[in-house]
Amino acid sequence: MSGETQTSAEYIKHHLQNLTYGQLPDGSWGIAHSAEQAKEMGFWAINLDTTIIAFILGAIFLFFFVRAAQKASAGVPTGLQNFVEWIVDFIDTSVRGSFTAKNDMVAPLALTIFAWILLMNLMDLVPIDYLPLAAHAAGLPFLKVVPTTDPNATFGMSIAVFVLVVFYSIKMKGLGGFVGELTLQPFGKFGLPANIFLEGVNLIAKPVSLALRLFGNMYAGEMIFILIALMGASWASATFGSTLLFGSQIVLSLGWAIFHILIVTLQAFIFMTLTIVYMDMAHQEHH
Amino acid sequence: MNINATLLAQTIMFIMFVWFCMKFVWPPIMQALTERKKMIADGLAAGERGKHELELASRRATESMHDAKQKAAEVIAQAEKRASQIIDEAKNAAKEEGDRLVAGAKAEIEQEVNRARETLRQQVADLAVAGAEKILRREVDAKAHAELLTSLKNEI
Repeated sequence: MSGETQTSAEYIKHHLQNLTYGQLPDGSWGIAHSAEQAKEMGFWAINLDTTIIAFILGAIFLFFFVRAAQKASAGVPTGLQNFVEWIVDFIDTSVRGSFTAKNDMVAPLALTIFAWILLMNLMDLVPIDYLPLAAHAAGLPFLKVVPTTDPNATFGMSIAVFVLVVFYSIKMKGLGGFVGELTLQPFGKFGLPANIFLEGVNLIAKPVSLALRLFGNMYAGEMIFILIALMGASWASATFGSTLLFGSQIVLSLGWAIFHILIVTLQAFIFMTLTIVYMDMAHQEHH
Repeated sequence: MNINATLLAQTIMFIMFVWFCMKFVWPPIMQALTERKKMIADGLAAGERGKHELELASRRATESMHDAKQKAAEVIAQAEKRASQIIDEAKNAAKEEGDRLVAGAKAEIEQEVNRARETLRQQVADLAVAGAEKILRREVDAKAHAELLTSLKNEI
């Protein structure tokens, strides 16, 4: 709880609001202090918490992996190198399993997606009030700790993947081939409008489903953490009821956190695997 | 939960990370992994080869040991044969020598006996002559009766 006078609804809303930087109604630039203000900023505003945390996590990932890569040798691996190689080998196996064409970019892409999303998702396991409270003490009105609960982050990645898919589709099949795939299947050239509609939906569904799946899972998970956290907030006196609630919060958040480890990893893995599959489809002549 | 410029920031960041990963992280690690795989494969192959060679060498060792044993047995047999041969030869030589010695001794004895007989005969003859001289009391002319005496000697 970041304030004594908050109601449950306020607490939830507070936790779901990003720290947004943009143009305030009076024309100056600054941090939005309420959800309405953040909304009014329109498109040209930036969620500082999402961006910065995502960047830090990405940097951590690359820092450790680059260190391991520099020390990498054919000798006996130890410590960090061992761990990194284990992950790299795992990604490499996944890519080899689903991606049949030859493209040196797909495996690093998959690795980045997996590691970055995993780290961003893992922020969910930090007790939900710690970082927002620290931010509050530093004078920031909001802090949403998990970048993947911000659709901007998930759509950002899925759009990048989508661009790559379209790019490689055109590169491998030529513009004609790509357009042909969109317009001449599955009903032949006389069913062209239906083809465009079906294939268009098919194409657009890829980034949307990628982004929304991750976002939805993480958002729901975060929501449940918030609700569990609310139980303990009803601690008022050492009555039986409030003690029971307090105890349940500890047990439930532990249980949910342990279960969430699975979701966190699974979602990162799903995003990665689907990306590999989409890239593979982009490289196939016929599908 | 508004869609705003964070979307762009995230996209750019993502592309940056992927590029970085592709440039600096993936290739060296993959190279190390591939090299190690090759090293392990080589090591296993070398081990296999070593095992094979060991097998060959032990087979060779067994063979040469067998040969050596056979040769040693041959040598021993030959030596035994030679030893018995030498013993036989020595036996024969000793026997011959013994025979020779015995024959020599026999001849000497014979000679000695002959000589003794001759001497005895002479003495007997002399004795007989002396006896006869005494009996006849006259000197017998040795020269005149040499023939007689000699035939007498031979008769004794």
